[in-house]
Amino acid sequence: MAAPALSPAGLRVDRVQKNAILSVANLEIARGGRPLFDGLAFALAPTQLAVVTGANGSGKTTLLRTLAGLQVPTAGAILVNGIPVRQIARDLVTPIAFQGHLEGLNQDLTVAENMHFYRRLWGGDLPIAALAQELRLDEYLERKVRHLSAGQKRRTALGCLRLRPATLWLLDEPLTNLDQLGVDLVTAWLQAHLSSGGVAVVATHQAERLALRAHFAVEL
Amino acid sequence: MASFTSVFARDLKIAIRRWSELATPLIFFVIIASLFPFALSPDVAVLRSAGTGILWIAALLSSLLALDGLFRTDMEDGSMEQLILSPASLGLLVFAKICAHWVVSALPLIVLAPLLALSFYLPVDALPTLIFALALATPTLSALAAIGAALTVSLRTGGGLIGLLVLPLTAPVLIFGTRATDMAVHGEPVLGPLYLLGALAAFCLALGPLAASAALRVSVE
Repeated sequence: MAAPALSPAGLRVDRVQKNAILSVANLEIARGGRPLFDGLAFALAPTQLAVVTGANGSGKTTLLRTLAGLQVPTAGAILVNGIPVRQIARDLVTPIAFQGHLEGLNQDLTVAENMHFYRRLWGGDLPIAALAQELRLDEYLERKVRHLSAGQKRRTALGCLRLRPATLWLLDEPLTNLDQLGVDLVTAWLQAHLSSGGVAVVATHQAERLALRAHFAVEL
Repeated sequence: MASFTSVFARDLKIAIRRWSELATPLIFFVIIASLFPFALSPDVAVLRSAGTGILWIAALLSSLLALDGLFRTDMEDGSMEQLILSPASLGLLVFAKICAHWVVSALPLIVLAPLLALSFYLPVDALPTLIFALALATPTLSALAAIGAALTVSLRTGGGLIGLLVLPLTAPVLIFGTRATDMAVHGEPVLGPLYLLGALAAFCLALGPLAASAALRVSVE
């Protein structure tokens, strides 16, 4: 795209945002017909992290689902690599890995089967045995997700997230149900993801547990 | 292709682990078909003339019942969000789910149907046509029911609504399916209605997954 370019949504892409992986402009979001916030704008260039904080019901989850393209905002534009997110979601390649409140794990499949499924679906190549060891799940690989504790389920879900080769991570309360070792692991993964040129948006009300410096703090 | 096979294999595995849910529509099929002789008459002539229609209606209702929950588990555990956000096209993934579901729900039905047909005194010569017609008709039913299942997945009372949405659309399948079977019973050439069933299957399998995936995107919002 030739600079200075007008994005398909009519948003002017300035010099700072030109290499941005995620840019949000004038975003307005409503839930159940009630407006949550408006005028949200930020841009994340490679290696940058945005942390979203706010009270219960302030719209953290709605914001992340909207950024993932699962929901339509009332107004504003969300561009991922310069393309409106709702169009990417319909396209063949999506660089977004999203972890919401729901784990996305099938209860009747084992931990290993869920992980293998996501790895194959995304065409990833991370070895699952090593990942399970890192997650302290190696003893539970052959156990059905139904029989795991809440923390183990969350760690399995985060493992599935790690298996996706994606540049943009959208994490909704990733620290829920995690012990300190789990929190350290998520922090380390985020750090590695960012330093390898990825970007991340993390919504959490435990920002202090995440030992990472946010380039952009969104307070709802 | 890897995305198709991964979803196909996953859904087969889940279906086999929850086999009791698969058995319900099949038993439903057998019970409906076996109740009719009690309600009508045990007379050979009556059963033979009504048998085709009864079998087809029972197969239709049973496949609707089987497809009702096609997307429900994925929607509830969050897998659907992940499928929508995966690098593969959602239409292809939905097609894989329909195929997997067809293998575990429609294939057993196609195997059972000739046995029930014999209890309606349908001639043995007509059975290959019945099997063939069902094999061509069930993919259409699956594709149509998948659209209904996708539209109703976020509702509590999906079961009844899916019938209202989908049953009117299944009329062509019913017409050509019963026609083919009836013609075989009377020893007439059956290729005409079979071709039409095939055309319907091709049409619905091509467009059904796309319509269902559009409905699923709306349902996750």
